[in-house]
Amino acid sequence: MPNIFYTQDHEWISVDGDVGTVGISNYAQQQLGDIVFVELPQLGAKIGQGDEIAVVESVKAASEIYAPVSGEITEANTLLEGAPVTVNEAAESDGWFFRIRMTDKAELDGLMDAAAYKTFVDGLA
Amino acid sequence: MRYLPLTPSDRAEMLRTIGVSNIDDLFIDVPPAARRSEPLDLPPHQGELEVERMLRAMASKNLAACDAPFFCGAGAYRHHIPATVDHLIQRSEFLTSYTPYQPEISQGTLQYLFEFQTQVAMLSGMDIANASMYDGATACAEAVLMANRATKRRKAILSGGLHPHYRAVTETTSHFAGGIVQAMPVAPDGVEDLVNMIDDDTACIVVQTPDFFGHLRDLRPLAEAAHARGALLVAVTTETLALGATLPPGEMGADIFVGEGQSLGVGLNFGGPYLGLFAARSALQRQMPGRLCGETVDAQGRRGYVLTLSAREQHIRREKATSNICTNSGLCCLAFTIHVALLGEAGFTQLAMLNHQAAIVLAQALTGIPGVTCLNESFFNEFTLRLPKPAAPVVAALAARGILGGVPVSRLIPDDPGLANLLLVAANETNTDQDRIAFVHGLREVLS
Repeated sequence: MPNIFYTQDHEWISVDGDVGTVGISNYAQQQLGDIVFVELPQLGAKIGQGDEIAVVESVKAASEIYAPVSGEITEANTLLEGAPVTVNEAAESDGWFFRIRMTDKAELDGLMDAAAYKTFVDGLA
Repeated sequence: MRYLPLTPSDRAEMLRTIGVSNIDDLFIDVPPAARRSEPLDLPPHQGELEVERMLRAMASKNLAACDAPFFCGAGAYRHHIPATVDHLIQRSEFLTSYTPYQPEISQGTLQYLFEFQTQVAMLSGMDIANASMYDGATACAEAVLMANRATKRRKAILSGGLHPHYRAVTETTSHFAGGIVQAMPVAPDGVEDLVNMIDDDTACIVVQTPDFFGHLRDLRPLAEAAHARGALLVAVTTETLALGATLPPGEMGADIFVGEGQSLGVGLNFGGPYLGLFAARSALQRQMPGRLCGETVDAQGRRGYVLTLSAREQHIRREKATSNICTNSGLCCLAFTIHVALLGEAGFTQLAMLNHQAAIVLAQALTGIPGVTCLNESFFNEFTLRLPKPAAPVVAALAARGILGGVPVSRLIPDDPGLANLLLVAANETNTDQDRIAFVHGLREVLS
């Protein structure tokens, strides 16, 4: 079973047990251009699927990041505060935004796997 | 820009194109009851000479600040403006410039904005200042909205020493942005218990110093109390020159500083245009409203200036922007920058001390009049007198004698009998000994 999922808003979530690690896709960082700031969520924040949870600013635009699943924020990638460019360099690994303890893993069923997301992105071109 | 009026045939063609027969057809959506059937009651048009004569006759009914002993303040302050200021701001590169979106052709404008921000940050003791707001009152309202965003709370507590106009603008703006404003009772003696008002829903407390009645407020215990509950302290000043003689708000623990910059370089202007100052701690910079100018280097490594952190702003962030204010008071901001640069640090302090001394001498002279007492234990260049009778008719009687002797508190806070006898009096460096003597003599006569 694959453990990485994507949303139509270009977030990814990598699942390990109850905890998901969330970031933006490589496609999203390419579209945004040089990322200059990431506003991270507060630890302990309880959020619902689809809530605005973070903000990413590039030289071109500011975009909201939506929670791909419901849960509680357990960790934020403070590396991004000093080095937001990490998102450009490694969007789907070191450039992760936050970790979330999921309250409803069934929500993952509504997300895309890597192959479906690739098809989705190709359809946007 | 040329003005080319439409000819009757232009009009006919435009009406034909959009398919209506006459101009009145454009107003059919306005209910007949709301339409004016008679022509406006205006005099027939006159030649330029006649209009000028008529307007001059109307203007001569005014008693201008420069034509009388002048002791009014209450949020708008008269100071000497060096001729250099007006000369320089009238250079067309400054006077007619547009928003500096194109840094490669706007370095002059951007550089003065950067210098302005530096001056405001240094004067207020804050880390970062923006390129100005419309005026002190709108800056105050923006500070409350910013505190709500930064703390994710909704309640602002306004001191009873906050200027009534600032309070009104803040209440209006905050109300329509979903905030809650709790205003303390008016505090003419400068004493109130703000600390016990702060709770876990409080986003900020807003305190003016010198306050509306002239009292200097020690912000340090308020900052401490606010921070202990996770709230922010917003410091306000309506007379920026006071920063030359008092501890800067940043040093007293303020998180946001807002003020009215009019008193430096900008005339009284009948109430506007004025100049809002806005500064904050650097941790809050992304929550700031308005324009920010930054220093950088170009591709060849040369120093240059650009607008920065624009992703906060409306043209990029749309409805999520930190503010609807995407502009600044450019020309007033330039005048402030030039005036402060001309004064320099030593001159700024010296001017502040001149004002303070003038106020001390004036307060001593006025409180020598039987029945007149001063409410202030501390003040900068403005203080509050309690008169033995209502202040508004006293001020009118003084004006009839050619003296502009302060602002009755009832002018700004009407319908409070407890405040009717209070008079705000401001001194400044333009007051001569003769002005002061005329005021003291006049007040003595009017009260006797």
